[in-house]
Amino acid sequence: MISIRNVSKRFGRVQAVTDVSLDVREGEFFALLGASGSGKTTLLRMIAGFEPVTSGQIVIDGQRMEDVPPHRRPINMVFQNYAIFPHLNVRENIAYGLRRLGTPKDQQARMADEMLEMISLPGYGERRSNQLSGGQMQRVALARALILKPKVLLLDEPLGALDKQLREQMQLELRSLQQRLGITFILVTHDQEEALTLSDRIAVMAEGRVLQVDTPAGLYDNPQSRTIAGFIGNMNFFDAVVRRSGSAAAIEIEGLGRLDLNGPAASCGDGDHALVAVRPEGFVLHRAQPDGRAARVQGRVTARQYLGGRQMVYVSIDGKAAPVAVVAGAARGSGAGEDGLDGPVWLSWLPESIILLDRD
Amino acid sequence: MSGMTPSTGTPRSLVAYAVVFSVFLYLPVLLIPLFSFNTGYYVKFPIEGLTLDWYLDLAERAPLKAAFVNSLQLGAVVSVLSTILAVPAAMAISRYRLPGIRLILGFMMLPFVVPSLIFGVALLALVNCVDITLSLATVAAGQTVICLPYAISTLLPRFDLYDRSIEEASADLGENALWTFWRITLPTIGPGILASLLMSFTISFDEFYMAFFLSGTDATLPIYIWTQLRFPQDFPSLLALASLILVFSFAMVLASLKISGLGASIGKRATT
Repeated sequence: MISIRNVSKRFGRVQAVTDVSLDVREGEFFALLGASGSGKTTLLRMIAGFEPVTSGQIVIDGQRMEDVPPHRRPINMVFQNYAIFPHLNVRENIAYGLRRLGTPKDQQARMADEMLEMISLPGYGERRSNQLSGGQMQRVALARALILKPKVLLLDEPLGALDKQLREQMQLELRSLQQRLGITFILVTHDQEEALTLSDRIAVMAEGRVLQVDTPAGLYDNPQSRTIAGFIGNMNFFDAVVRRSGSAAAIEIEGLGRLDLNGPAASCGDGDHALVAVRPEGFVLHRAQPDGRAARVQGRVTARQYLGGRQMVYVSIDGKAAPVAVVAGAARGSGAGEDGLDGPVWLSWLPESIILLDRD
Repeated sequence: MSGMTPSTGTPRSLVAYAVVFSVFLYLPVLLIPLFSFNTGYYVKFPIEGLTLDWYLDLAERAPLKAAFVNSLQLGAVVSVLSTILAVPAAMAISRYRLPGIRLILGFMMLPFVVPSLIFGVALLALVNCVDITLSLATVAAGQTVICLPYAISTLLPRFDLYDRSIEEASADLGENALWTFWRITLPTIGPGILASLLMSFTISFDEFYMAFFLSGTDATLPIYIWTQLRFPQDFPSLLALASLILVFSFAMVLASLKISGLGASIGKRATT
């Protein structure tokens, strides 16, 4: 649907986007995720046509976009601040784009009212933007774009200005709307949780580059760099040395000991230094020394964070500076110190929970 | 505005102050229309009788009519000129980060603080130096200098509140630059331009010093009034004229405030 090929953007001396290539499929909910300054908004504005590309190509629906001005592109956008026209009422705002299509006035009003039904704001047609709440403006901006039945809808941090509860509600609505309409959505956000909740696929951006494009589960389970591993969710990092003899491979982590790897550790040779990452849920917390084949290490709980139903427990291990974060069940009705976690504890983990990263 | 109601905890002293303030401000102004209906020549109580003669008398004065037409023309030219000059100035001040902006702003606002009398003399000296004949054109030039800071300060808040993403939104929804200007930019900035026109017109219409120093043989309305003050028997007619001007000026200023106030509040909401 949208193909971005080697696109770069430079503002004077500032390189905002560097050699980005990615493909967005038809009907997909695609997120550009990154901190501010990562180039995600610039990339979105280039897709919309508000910024010309410095080099590279953007192809939408088989058509090259470099000479197509914003008002001729088959895409619409929901702006970060909604950009509701202040001098028009809600119905006129929603119907704004229909003039150019030659839609008769009475049909424009009818279509706008249908959109108001769709965004659950029936009867709001006469209101002005200053009579709307943030969430309502967001819906109006959405309706104003969707009434033109675009092939692609761009959303620039659409939920950033809303409070947490409303944001979560709007996330659900956005997702179900997108699935119902089957329109390709491209969402720009700095909120990893939002990206993970909403998207089919996510492109993680940093410093103008795309680091990885993957599904939410793919990003979580198979991060390809330390940046991604640290950016998405919680992660424990360990320095490790690879040991191999023949086809069998193992890693040695300082302080945690040796662990046999199941699969062949792809490109690693004997004695290579590697970075090992383990999710907090990759560890199992024991109050007594566990049996079995799993690797294990002894430690002491230094801090705990109640998460409702679960808790994040920080275990410090001799010979390792940073405590290890571990997810454990929270025993119901037991206060701190009553669930046996203030004595020595053991951590065990399985080779499957280990993510091997290149040192970057 | 809710502070105007004394019931909701506004201190009594503040109310009293507001009343005294209003009386002091408007009582003399109210005397003018009152005595314009008086049959006697002199402004003193008691009022001798009521008449409309002074108003009817105005219609028969040819020089007055000429002065009135001059003032209207001048007002039209000056308001358009100063607004045309003020729009790009306000736009630049608001949209771009200019080096030395405070200095530039201060310089532009200079006519606010320099006495018009000084300005008038200075401009007269300048005009004599470069050997330009005094006419309504020179008055228009002088008055434009006076009106410019007012026009800029009327327009500036509108540009400050103007959110350019609505122009992008319009383009995104399929309208080209021309239609975007017509459907978005003009209606949003328009009230500010109208307010600036009205404000400049009113100032030009009242303005005395530039008209006094820089006009040749063509009198404006304020000049006409000033020259007629010498004749006591004309005074009641002048009161009638002043009353009409008062009503007219009030209407203009109210209209300009209403337009700019309304517009500003719309623009403000748009950006929050």
